[in-house]
Parts: sequence; C-alpha cells; structure tokens
Amino acid sequence: MEITLNHYLAVAATLFAIGMMGVIMRRNLLIIYMSLEMMLQAANLTLVAFSRFNPRGHLDGQVFVFFVITVAAAEVAVGLALIVALYRVRQTTQVQDLNTLKF
Amino acid sequence: MDIAWLLLLLPLLASIAILVHLHRKPDMAIFASVGSAALCFLIALAVAWGSVPAPASLVWMDFPESAGFPGLRIEAGMLFDSLSKGMLLIVTGVGLLVHIFSIGYMSHDPSKGRFFGGLSIFMFSMTGIVLATNLIMLFFFWEGVGLSSYLLIGFWYQKESAAAAANKAFVCNRLADFGFMIGILTFWVMMGTVSIEPDQLAQCYVHGTQIQSQVQSTLHGVTALIHQSGLITPTPILLTVMVLGLFCGCVGKSAMFPFHVWLPDAMEGPTPVSALIHAATMVAAGVYMLCRTYPLLILSPQGMGVIAFIGCFTAIFAALIAVQQNDIKRILAYSTLSQLGYMVMAVGCSGPDAAMFHLTTHAFFKALLFLAAGSVIHALHEEQDIWRMGGLWKKIPLTFVTFAIGMLALIGCPPFAGFFSKDYVLAVAYEHHPAFYWVGVFTAFLTAFYMTRLMVVAFWGPARTPTAEHPHESPSVMTIPLILLSILSIIGGFIGIETYYHTWAVNQLQATGQLPIDGHFVAIPEANWMIESGIPLLTVLAGVASAWFLYNGRATDPLRITVLARKFYFDEFYDRNLVVGTQMWASVLNWIDGWILEGLVIRGLAYFSVGMGELLKLFQTGSLQAYAFLFSLGGALLIYLTLFAH
Repeated sequence: MEITLNHYLAVAATLFAIGMMGVIMRRNLLIIYMSLEMMLQAANLTLVAFSRFNPRGHLDGQVFVFFVITVAAAEVAVGLALIVALYRVRQTTQVQDLNTLKF
Repeated sequence: MDIAWLLLLLPLLASIAILVHLHRKPDMAIFASVGSAALCFLIALAVAWGSVPAPASLVWMDFPESAGFPGLRIEAGMLFDSLSKGMLLIVTGVGLLVHIFSIGYMSHDPSKGRFFGGLSIFMFSMTGIVLATNLIMLFFFWEGVGLSSYLLIGFWYQKESAAAAANKAFVCNRLADFGFMIGILTFWVMMGTVSIEPDQLAQCYVHGTQIQSQVQSTLHGVTALIHQSGLITPTPILLTVMVLGLFCGCVGKSAMFPFHVWLPDAMEGPTPVSALIHAATMVAAGVYMLCRTYPLLILSPQGMGVIAFIGCFTAIFAALIAVQQNDIKRILAYSTLSQLGYMVMAVGCSGPDAAMFHLTTHAFFKALLFLAAGSVIHALHEEQDIWRMGGLWKKIPLTFVTFAIGMLALIGCPPFAGFFSKDYVLAVAYEHHPAFYWVGVFTAFLTAFYMTRLMVVAFWGPARTPTAEHPHESPSVMTIPLILLSILSIIGGFIGIETYYHTWAVNQLQATGQLPIDGHFVAIPEANWMIESGIPLLTVLAGVASAWFLYNGRATDPLRITVLARKFYFDEFYDRNLVVGTQMWASVLNWIDGWILEGLVIRGLAYFSVGMGELLKLFQTGSLQAYAFLFSLGGALLIYLTLFAH
C-alpha cells in the first residue's frame, strides 16, 4: 500500500486530538505540558508532509519545522522553569489547586 | 478707559474683595464698601453736571446675520440722559446715605462684612439697570439686583422666616422675569433691536405705528365700525404681548398685585436693606423701566389700561392691608406697595413724568422712614411691634422728628415733597379718568390714616413695655443720614424735579420730531387747584383726624378687621392653591426623574451592564481544563465555519 499525504494527515490529526484530550482532561501540569508538545508535533508533521508532497518540490515547510522546533525548545525551557517555580511556591502542580484568580 | 465705567467697576471690585477675603475683616469691608459708594456718588454728581461723557459702547455679544436670523448685536454701554442721570443720583445718593447709616445699625453684627458685600453687589447691579443701553444688559443687572435682594433678605439666614422670605422674593421675581423675558423677546422680534436709547425707541415707536396702521387698514365689517366709532383701537396682539411682557417684569420687581406678596416678607432683612432696596431704589426699578420704555408702552392702549388698572388696584389694596398691620416695618412695606401702585398708575395714565417725580420724592421720604424705623428698632433692641412701643417722642427726639417729617411727606402734607408729587400723580390720573383719581384720593385717606395710627401708637401715649421706657438715641453716624434725608424730604417739591422730568418726557417723545406730543401721550393736567390739591388735602386731614381720635390713648387696637390683618388671605390662597399645585407638579416630576430617568434609563443601563458581567462571570470557573475545553470548542467552531458553513 502506498503511503499518501492523507495518511500523514490522519496520523497528525490523531496526534493533535490525543494531545488536546490530554490538555483538557489531565490534571498534572507536566502532563498537560507534554500534551501541548504533542499538539505542536502534530502541526510539525503536517508541515513536513505538505512539504514532501509539494508537486514543485519546495522545502519551505521543512525549513519552517526547524524554526518551530527551535522556538519550542526555548519555550520548553521557560515553561518548565515556570512550573518548577510554581511548585516551589504552591507545593503542587495539580491545576485544580491553581485557582486563586477565580472571582 | 472712561471714568464713567468706574460707576460699575468700583462697587463690583468692592463686593468681590469683600466676598472673597474682606468679610473676615469687617472694618476693611466697611471701608471698601462705603468708600466705593461715596466715590460712585461723586462720579454720579459729575455725570449729572455733565462733565463726564458717556463711554463708548463695548460689543458684548454679536450674533451675525444668517439665513432666517436677523442678527443681534448686544452692546454694553452707558446711557446718560435726563432720566438716567436723575435716577443715578437717587440710587447713588440714597445708597451712600444708607451705607453710612448701616455702619451704625450693623455695628453689633458679627458678619457685617458680608452685609456690606451684599450692599456693594446691589449698588453695582442697580447702577447697571439705570445706565443700561439695551434690554439685554438691563435684564442682566435686573437679575443682579434680584440676587443681591435675595442675599440681603436672607442675611440672617439662621432665622427660618428670613430664609423663607428670601426664597419667596427670589421665586416671585423669577416668575415675573419669565414674563419680562417674553416681553424682551417680543420687542426684539417686532423691532429688530433691543436698544432702549431714546432715538432708537422713537424709531421703534414709528415702526410700531406703521404696524398698527397696517392692521387697521385690513379691518372690515363690524371691527371696522368699532374702530371708526373710536371705542377701541385695534392693536396687533404682539404689541400688546410686548407691553404686557415688559410690564410683567415691573410687576415682579415693583411687587405689584398679584406678585405683591414677597415685598412685606422681605422686611425680614436688616432695616437698611429695607430702606435702600425694598423701598427707595430696587422696587422703583420697575417703574424706572416702564418710564424708560414709555414710547413702546403707548403703542398698546390696552396694555396701558392694564398698567393703570393694576397700579390703581395695588395702591388701594396695599393701603387697606396697611391699616391693620402691627409691625412697624410691615406697615411701611405696605405703604411702599401702595406708593409704587401710585407710580405705576401714573405711567398707565400717560404720566411718566409724574411717576418719576413721585419715585424721586418717595425715594427720599421712604428711605427716611425706614431708616428712622431702623433707628427706633435699634433703640428698642429689635422690637418691631408698635403696640409694644409708645411714648418714644421725648426719649429719642431726633428720630421722632425725622420720622415725623417722613410721615408728613408720605401722607402728602404741604409743604413736604410728597404733597407735590402725589398731587401731580392724582392730577394726571384725573386727566386720564376720574375713577382712578377717586381711588387715588381714597388711598391718600388710608395713607394718612395708617401713618397717623403708626405715629400715635408708637410715639405718643405711655410706654407700654419696659424696653420702650429706656430707649437710647442712635449714634450720629445713624442720625446724620436721617437729617440729610429729612432735608431732602422737605425741599424735594421745590427744587424743580417736576419740571426736570416733564422736560425729559416731552423731549423723549419728541426725540425725532415724529412723536405726537399732546395730552394723549404725556398728560398735561389742567391747573385746577381743587382737584389737584384741595380734595387730597381734605382727605389727608380727615385721615389724620380719624386716626387721631380712634387711636389716641389706646392700649390695644380698637379696630379688628381680620381680613385686612391677614392681608386678604393672599398668602394662604397662594399656599393652598399655587404652592400646593406646584408642589404636586414637582413631585410628579420628581417621580419621573427618580423612576423613569434615573431608575429606568440611568440605573437601567448600569444594571444591564452589571447583569451581563454577572452572566459572563460564570465562565470564569478557575479551572484550567474548562478554559482549554471552551477554547478548543471555539477553535472547532472557527474551523467548522471556515470550511463547511457556506
């Protein structure tokens, strides 16, 4: 069976959906963070796939993915630092406990 | 800058200085106020002498001509003619004397600085009225005297009655000023100008007669027959509206019936205020305004009829009430009303010169009477009831003599000033219609009666209370103004005031050579000494004699006429009807304001936004997952809309 663009997109959509369900349903900030990363990678996968199947052979999508990965790495550094700092203050990373801004 | 502007600037600066700062320093306030009044009097003398020219007018407001709007240019200027010069001398002269008197009268009052500030505002506004060159400027200062009157009536605002009286005066004046405003606007609409300079008024008169002849040429049928019969002169309704509107201003300020109720209550103010504002000058401003606009008034015979009738009615009506009053100041207040009625009647009977003559002499002797009454009240430590006085003549002789001179001048006893002016008014009234004359004569009888009653009860007989046994004569700062005013009241009839104003009236009507000058427009009474002097003198004697026999040696009032003592129940009538009606209407408006405007519109909007906020608040659960869920729902919706919803 030949693997077409639609197969890649289906995998990406599945990854995105799993990631989103993780963000919505999990309570631990670290897991939510990992799910967010998974959604990001789903987007990356579509970019690469579109680039691969581009009839004119443009590589813009693949270049773009490098930028996304770089920025995501930087963002992970900041995000994890925030989570650590938050844990130091509140002794928890469970989101249901982080509701001090509620009215 | 022209020196004439100082007439307005000096009192204005004095009042500002006093009200801003000097009211804490009474001596400085007195210096500023009395000093400005004295300087104004000197300038007024120079103006009357003719050595100060009228300053160039300044443009105050300029509304350019545009489509459908004829354009209006309002200037602030000063009008120096015989009429305003005469009135200016009265205002500044009597004003200065009252200022000086007040130094003594108010010496024990802790807030006398404020009092002198009020007097200075009054001098500023009153001078403005006298010198105004147009009705808008006049109206501005007209409201200014209303303000100062309010401030000074309510000077002792701790007393509830004084505060209420101040409100009453202000509300009455505001109501009447609404009519005045209508009159001014009608004047502008009809004539295209608001100027009241003599030559402008003459042009307005010519313009008005043209309008009249247009109306008369379009008459037909029965109305034309009536016109030919000479019974009624048809007048364009707007001309009558204009005249009645202008008169309405006078009705408020000069306290004519039915707005007379505020003036007696205004006696709650300090006595010098009653003398200056509510007897000598401000209440005469209405009469002055009528005389000033006289060429307009004669355009409407119906309007003139109303003026004469209201004046005549007020004269006798107030005199009747004065017969049964017991407060020395209230008697004088009703007598002021009555004399103002004489003046207005004289205007209505085509005698503006008679009105101005009586206004001048009245300013002298009524200021004198009030100041002398003030001296009595001061001597008796704020006692105002004449039945609690008695036997004062030998204890405060100077006050007694000056009061007697004022009283003789008021009742029209020769050779005092009032004799000449009142007889002139009566002669003019006789010329117009004998009915006015006879009512005037009866009023003169009543005047003699109640003034004699006042004299006999307050100054004769034994002292009725302990305070009346030990009065003290007032200091010379108070008695000197009394003496000066007495002299004026004695010589007022001999110094040519009558001729002066008669020349003015004739000149005014001949200003452009186009105005008629005959008995119809300025009454020139025939010399008939029986009508002019004989009958009035006899009635005065009768009044004095009857009051003497009725009141000499009495301890209580032998006459008890409740309807007169209660002032024909006018206050009660107004309270029951007008005030209650107004209050009901006010509460309806209050309901609309409270529930519809504030409740529905303003609060409604507020509650709507608050409610929306409350609703949206529910979405802020504090749960990160809920936000993420809503967010992804929104994203899904967006994708659905862009991809599938076409």
